[in-house]
Amino acid sequence: MSKKYTRREFIKISALGTGALAVGSGLMTDWWSLDRPSIEDPKTDGDRIVPTFCEVCFWKCGVLAHVRNGRITKLTGNPNHPLSNGKLCPRGAGGVGMLYDPDRLKKPLIRSKKRGEDVFVEVDWNTALDKVAHELKAIRQKYGPEALALFSHGCGGSWFTQLMKAYGSSNIGAPSYAQCRGPREAGYSLTFGQSLGSPESIDIAHARCITLIGSHLGENMHNTQVQELAAAIDAGAQLVVVDPRFSVAAGKARYWLPIKPGTDIALLLAWMNVLIEEKRYDVDYIREHATGFDELKAHVADKTPEWAFGVTGLEPKLIRDSLRLIASARPASLIHPGRHTTWYGDDTQRARAMAILAALLGSYGRRGGYISSSKMPIPAYSTPSSTHKPRSPADRPKSGGFPVADEVLASGLRQASIPGTAAYDIKGWLVYGTNLMQSLPNPKETIEAIQHLDFIATIDTMPAEICGWSDVVLPECTYLEREDDLYSAQYQQPFVAIRQEVVPPLHDSKPGWWIAKELAARLGLGAQFPWHDARVYLRKRAEAGGLDWTRLEKSGVVLGKRTPVCEEEGLKPAFGTESRKIELFSAELKTLGADPLPNFYPPEEPPPGMFRLLSGRSPVHTFGRTTNNQLLLESFPENEVWINTAASKAISGFGRALKNGDKVRLVNQDGARSMPVKVKVTERIRGDCVYLVHGFGHTSKGLGRANGRGASDSELTTRYKTDPLMGGTGMNVNFVRIENHEG
Amino acid sequence: MTMDTRRCVGCNACVIACKTENALAEGTSRDWVITETAGTFPSLSQEIRSERCNQCSRPPCVDSCPTRASHIGEAGVVLVSRNKCTGCKACIGACPYNARYVHPDGFVDKCTFCFHRTKTGALPACVEVCPTQALKFGDLEDATSEVSRLLRARRHKVNRPDSGAKPNVYFLI
Repeated sequence: MSKKYTRREFIKISALGTGALAVGSGLMTDWWSLDRPSIEDPKTDGDRIVPTFCEVCFWKCGVLAHVRNGRITKLTGNPNHPLSNGKLCPRGAGGVGMLYDPDRLKKPLIRSKKRGEDVFVEVDWNTALDKVAHELKAIRQKYGPEALALFSHGCGGSWFTQLMKAYGSSNIGAPSYAQCRGPREAGYSLTFGQSLGSPESIDIAHARCITLIGSHLGENMHNTQVQELAAAIDAGAQLVVVDPRFSVAAGKARYWLPIKPGTDIALLLAWMNVLIEEKRYDVDYIREHATGFDELKAHVADKTPEWAFGVTGLEPKLIRDSLRLIASARPASLIHPGRHTTWYGDDTQRARAMAILAALLGSYGRRGGYISSSKMPIPAYSTPSSTHKPRSPADRPKSGGFPVADEVLASGLRQASIPGTAAYDIKGWLVYGTNLMQSLPNPKETIEAIQHLDFIATIDTMPAEICGWSDVVLPECTYLEREDDLYSAQYQQPFVAIRQEVVPPLHDSKPGWWIAKELAARLGLGAQFPWHDARVYLRKRAEAGGLDWTRLEKSGVVLGKRTPVCEEEGLKPAFGTESRKIELFSAELKTLGADPLPNFYPPEEPPPGMFRLLSGRSPVHTFGRTTNNQLLLESFPENEVWINTAASKAISGFGRALKNGDKVRLVNQDGARSMPVKVKVTERIRGDCVYLVHGFGHTSKGLGRANGRGASDSELTTRYKTDPLMGGTGMNVNFVRIENHEG
Repeated sequence: MTMDTRRCVGCNACVIACKTENALAEGTSRDWVITETAGTFPSLSQEIRSERCNQCSRPPCVDSCPTRASHIGEAGVVLVSRNKCTGCKACIGACPYNARYVHPDGFVDKCTFCFHRTKTGALPACVEVCPTQALKFGDLEDATSEVSRLLRARRHKVNRPDSGAKPNVYFLI
């Protein structure tokens, strides 16, 4: 790569670099110093800086976009924004890679061959929008508006939610519920009468002990939480980490509990046993605020650490010692609620067990535990009310089920697309910002459902796999090129943030608000989108909410009044349950015929020669949506399958121990085979499971960089266990064997 | 500079922010993250470090540079004058920290502690972005600076203390 210069060229280049300075160089003693040392200024500071908020993940941090000569040069954290505090995670800093990704969707596309063959023709926007409107009209006429479903992820989905409501369907689901945080919301809601939402109202910063159960905070980069975690560690907080894998957080923990996968409830029950047995729980708090303590006490009486040892593989001493540390910090002892909690199908009960443990520690409503939050009230933009009252969503089976789900199940909408399975059939899909081939388990089922549809359209920025299965693909511009709705956060420090267009949309992409508004007009629903453009809409909403528009535009965020968030600040703990108390024993679950107190049921064992497949996050990536981003993939180009060192010596078909970088395929219990993936042989994981970072193994030919990198855990998730309480799809129930890629 | 291994989660925000701040060529980086694990399952320990040029006080790269492109600049920062660099790679061989690389345009490139920023009083981009505030930048000569305070308060080490280069990036352990 290195370029060779002749001496003459060298001097010429030097002279060019320094201009007139070279002329007076006679005083210099050697010609190498003809020019002064010149240090380049990369000139990436913006001549214009536009505040907006991030959409590379769902955390929505405030960013400052630097624009120089019409190009975004860099993104930095907005110091005024309570979620970023001037700092960004790698994805936020690398968001510009999404904007300038050469593989972006650039023109509207209409399918020209069989569905799924991924062959399209480019069309203009009128043709594409007319086609979508025509199909949506046909669905409305033939089956009623409820036969249309929206799958959505991210802020921009709100425009399409508005469109759906105007159209007359309440079938609006996000995989972020039934494939992610849903069980946690249900479990905490059953116990405390309130779900956690996002960002979670937890006080990591002031916790003196933080317990992570399967959460790998630090690898999942929820910016504010990681900022608080680091501050807490620095302030002397101790960590207890329960994880089959020695995570980054485990590396900082006082106690790492390398638990056998699927046995967390047993550990939680044993911890409760010790907490009650040794009277280390918060007696006064429980007496004042909780119901069902006696039932709980009796329930855990025989769940000793010795019992749990046989199930979890964790030494009784480790269980006792870690619990004593956890208890010693109460009430500032935070049982982190986790986020991606769809593991084994009994996940609501595990979340219940975590909530009960948090209650015994007296940490709910207390500093360093679970705190309160508030939101600035911003009235909705007023539009004419619709006369159509939509039928309830079709996301539950005909026979009913999932009684405690409080959001629409994306997997349920998929199921309802298989004719005759739900109260009525779903016949059309709009897919916004979520690659359903990776975000829903068992892609085969997704494909089957799609084959039954009359119509499917995808709105996205990148040609993810789901685009290939669509009839129409509408290229949205990225978050840096558009306005989205105001973000009024439910947070300890309430605030409203604005997303605004930093640079005009590239290619022939359009903002979501424009797409939704244009579709509405074509569907005769224009009255529901009465504003001229998103900026007019935003300004009217902001002013109706009493916000200073100019300030919002200039600083990107307006803070609300912070009110007390915990008992130490004068806010008495309050609970939204029917009893207005913490329900250790859940009367509601009893009525539903479910376990009113969490029970441990042993998970299925891996068959001989197979490993349980676990998945998680890289701090550099958000699901599969960033794996084509040049800036980010340079730091994490592909996932690797983690396998324990000792276990790696006993894999058949290699004739030797596996070593780092060996290419293998993972084959699951149903014969699903992954793409070739590199092996990471490590002491950092138990021998009965293997681990993949989620979001790799793309097959879309349009993803030039991501295609063919690593293995897709989604492809291997042909099985899932549905949570009978809320419909979450437990996905850690698949087993894989390791096959020689060459062999 | 100090780098707190207890705070750092190895997220790579420093690496990405450096790429955009310094408009680095595709596929190159001036800083990187190292994760070191010791022990056998389940008795393990781990250290995570964000690493870059150590801006050594006795920089072997400068000694080895035949064209004086590598030099100690203002405030002791080790810099490469692009217009003097021939890309001979002698410095790359001499650097004990593997902190240098050849830019696609032929010259050798490395971390400058964001000299264009720090000379105006701003922080290096990696320090500014760091969500865990593991990175701190300041004047080691000034006893009242945060970095000096941290070095007095915390156990610390440098990489390759045997190199004789007198590195100026300290890892708090």
